[in-house]
Amino acid sequence: MKTTNIMIVGVGGQGTLLASRVLGHLLLEAGYDVKMSEVHGMSQRGGSVVTYVRFGEKVYSPIVCQGEADFILSFEKLEAARYLSCLAPNGLILTNSQEISPMPVITGAAEYPHEILDDIQKLGARIDAFDALDLAQKAGSSKCVNIVLLGRLSTYFDLDENAWLDALRSVVAPKFLDMNIKAFQLGRSSRL
Amino acid sequence: MRKLMIGNEALARGLYEAGCQIVSSYPGTPSTEITEFAATYKEIKSEWAPNEKVGLEVAFGASLAGARSACCMKHVGLNVAADPLFTLSYTGVTAGLVLIVADDPAMHSSQNEQDSRHYAIAAKVPMLEPADSAEAKAFAKEAYAMSEQFDTPVMIRMCTRIAHAQCAVELEDRIETGLRPYVKNPQKYIMTPANAKNRHPFVEKRMSELAELAETSELNRIEGTGKKIGIITSGTCYQYVKEVFQNDPDVRIFKLGLVHPLPLRKLRAFAESVDRAVVIEELDPVIETACKAAGISVEGKNLFSCIGEFNQAVIAKAFGLPDAPCYHLEASVPVRPPVMCAGCPHRGMYYVMSKMKLTVLGDIGCYTLGSAQPLNALDSTLCMGASVSGLHGFNKAKGPESEGKTVCVIGDSTFMHSGMTGLVNISYNNTNSTVVILDNSITGMTGHQQNPTTGYNIYGDPAAKVDLEALCHAIGIRRVRVVDPYDLSACEAALKEELAAPEASVIISRRPCVLLKYVKAKPALSVDPAKCRSCKKCMGLGCPAIHMENKKACIDPTLCVGCGVCEQLCAFQAIGGKDQS
Repeated sequence: MKTTNIMIVGVGGQGTLLASRVLGHLLLEAGYDVKMSEVHGMSQRGGSVVTYVRFGEKVYSPIVCQGEADFILSFEKLEAARYLSCLAPNGLILTNSQEISPMPVITGAAEYPHEILDDIQKLGARIDAFDALDLAQKAGSSKCVNIVLLGRLSTYFDLDENAWLDALRSVVAPKFLDMNIKAFQLGRSSRL
Repeated sequence: MRKLMIGNEALARGLYEAGCQIVSSYPGTPSTEITEFAATYKEIKSEWAPNEKVGLEVAFGASLAGARSACCMKHVGLNVAADPLFTLSYTGVTAGLVLIVADDPAMHSSQNEQDSRHYAIAAKVPMLEPADSAEAKAFAKEAYAMSEQFDTPVMIRMCTRIAHAQCAVELEDRIETGLRPYVKNPQKYIMTPANAKNRHPFVEKRMSELAELAETSELNRIEGTGKKIGIITSGTCYQYVKEVFQNDPDVRIFKLGLVHPLPLRKLRAFAESVDRAVVIEELDPVIETACKAAGISVEGKNLFSCIGEFNQAVIAKAFGLPDAPCYHLEASVPVRPPVMCAGCPHRGMYYVMSKMKLTVLGDIGCYTLGSAQPLNALDSTLCMGASVSGLHGFNKAKGPESEGKTVCVIGDSTFMHSGMTGLVNISYNNTNSTVVILDNSITGMTGHQQNPTTGYNIYGDPAAKVDLEALCHAIGIRRVRVVDPYDLSACEAALKEELAAPEASVIISRRPCVLLKYVKAKPALSVDPAKCRSCKKCMGLGCPAIHMENKKACIDPTLCVGCGVCEQLCAFQAIGGKDQS
C-alpha cells in the first residue's frame, strides 16, 4: 500500500495544528501507521505554517517533499500557491478562498496575487476552492475554518462520517465541540 | 494502549515510566513541551527554572538526594548549562540524571544551528539519539538505567523533526524508584582539585566501558544485508534513509542509537563489508570525523551539507536518484514572515524608539520580531541577556554621546534568565545606560510559560512574584519607572527623560501579552474613509490588522483588539471606535 501524504498549510493562528491532530487521531483509529510533523515557536506568530500528515502501512519520514503531496489542505489562497511544488502530479489542492495579506503586502512592498488560483489551474493542477470562512461564521466562529476544511476533505476519503466525528470528539475541547461538529457538517455537505 | 504523541510528549512519558521525580527546565523551542507534559504527571515535581544552568543544578541536587531527575533545554540553553555539565561528568550521580537537549537544524526558531553532540564529546558523557517518538520514550528509560549503571549524567539529543513529529507510542506503567539513600561522599561530590584529580581517571575509564557497551548494545543495530552501499546514520536521518532505501537489496543500514561513545570496531567491520560506506548526519560531521580519525574509510560531507535539515529528497538526490516531478509556478508568491500580533504591547514602544532613531540592542523573545519592517527597530540580537551587557559595552566604547541615544530591550523572562547580571554590571561598572524591560507578564515566544515575574508556577498555582522595580533598585539603579506601551506620548517622554538623565535607568514597559486568556480585547477600531488622507502613517506600525483598501487605511475587525495605538498616530482623527463608520 502506497503512503498517502497530506500537507496542511496556512497562517500561524488559523488552527492548522488542531486540524492535523484530528486527522492523525482518525487515521490511527482507522488502523494506519501515521507520522506527522508540526511547527511550533517563532513561525506560529502570523507566519506561513505547514504541518505534514502521512499514513499507510508503514511510514518512516514525517516530512512531505517536492511532488509528494496527495492533498494540500490550504487555509489561505497564497499558502496553497507557496507549497505548490510539493503537490503530486495527480494531487488535489483543497483550499479556503480567503485572502490574508502578509506583511510585505500590508506595507506595500508586494502585491497580493488575487488570480493565483487561476494560474495554478492553468498548470493542470486539480483545485477545489471554496469559502470556508463563510461556513465557519455560519457555524458560530471564524475560528472553525480548520474544521470546515476537514469536513470538505472528508468527502475525498473512503471513511465513515462517524469515524471523523469520533476523532473530533477525541481532540476538540468539549465546550467547542458542538460548534465544531456543525462546522464539520457544513464543510462536508458543501460538496455532497 | 497506543497513542499518537509528539516526541516531546513521548519523552515526558518515558521520564514518567522510568520513575523520574524531579524535572527542572527553562523553556526553549523545540524542547518546551517535554517539561509541560512532565508537569501533567503528579508523580513528577516539575518546575520552570529561571535559566538552564539553574535547571541542571536542580536536577543535580535531586539526583544527589537520590531521586531520578531530568533537565530539558534547547541547544543554545546547553551553552548556559555547560558549566554544571562538565563537572557533573566528574561527580557522576546518586540516582539517574538525564539531560535532554533539542537541536534545531534549519533554525525554525533559533539564532544558530549548533550541534549538541560536541558537548557530549567535550563533557565526556554518553548521548542517546532517538529516531521517533516511540524511541524517545524507550531511550528515556534506557538513559536512567545507563546513568545509574555507569555513574554518569546521560544526554538525550532531540531535534525539531523528532520533538515535534508524531507517531504511535505504546504506553507502559510507571516503575516507582523511590529515593536512593544519600551518603555523604566528599571524594565524589566535592570537586576540589585534589578530588577532581581522582575523578578524572574514573571519567576516562567510564567512557572506555561505555565504548565497549556500544559495541554490543541493542541501541546500535544493523538492518539489511546489502553489500554495495552501507549507510551509517542516526535520529531523524534514519527515517529519511528508510524512506528512500526501505526495500533496496543493495543497501545495508547501521542505525546508531548511542551516538557517543561510538562503536568504532563494529563501524569498521561494517564499512569493510560494503563497497561504499556513507555517513548521513545533519549539521556537523561528528560521526564521520570520528570514523576517519579511527582510519575507517567513509564518505559524508562530500555528499551532504552541514547546513540546514535533510529530508528524503535530499538523500535521494545525494545518491543520484531523479527529482520527483512537480508543478512550477511562474508568478512570485509574497513571503509571509512571522509578525508581532495585532495589539502586541511591544509595538508602541518600538514605534517610539524607531521614531526617535535610537540604537536598540535587542534580545531573545517575541520582541525580536521588532527587527522586521516596517518597525525596523533593532540593531542586534545575540543570545539571552546579551542586550543588557552589550549596551554597557557599547556605551563604554562610545561614551556620553552614545548614552543619550542608545537603549536595550529585554523581556521579563529573559531578564530573569540572564539580564539581571548585566544590569548589576551596568550599576557596578557605571555606564549611564537606559535599559527597557518589555514586561508582558509571560514567556511569550515559546507559548506562554510562567516565570518568576508572573506570580504563578508551572502548574498555574500562585507563587512568589519577583518585584522588578524593587530588584532594579536593589541592584543599585535609582531611576526606575513604569510606562504603558499603549501610551505613545508617555513612552516618548520616558525615553527622552531617562536618556537625558545623568545616571543609569530602567524603564519597565508593562502590559500583559494580548494572547493571555485573562486579557480582554476592546471593541475593534475602524477607519472613517472620509477623514483618511491616505498618509499611511498608521501603516508604519506594522500591525497585521491594518491594510490599505482603495487607497484608504482599513482595519480588519477580526484581528483588531482595540489597543488604540494607531488612533494616537492619526493626525486627521480618522481612526476611532465602532460608531465611527
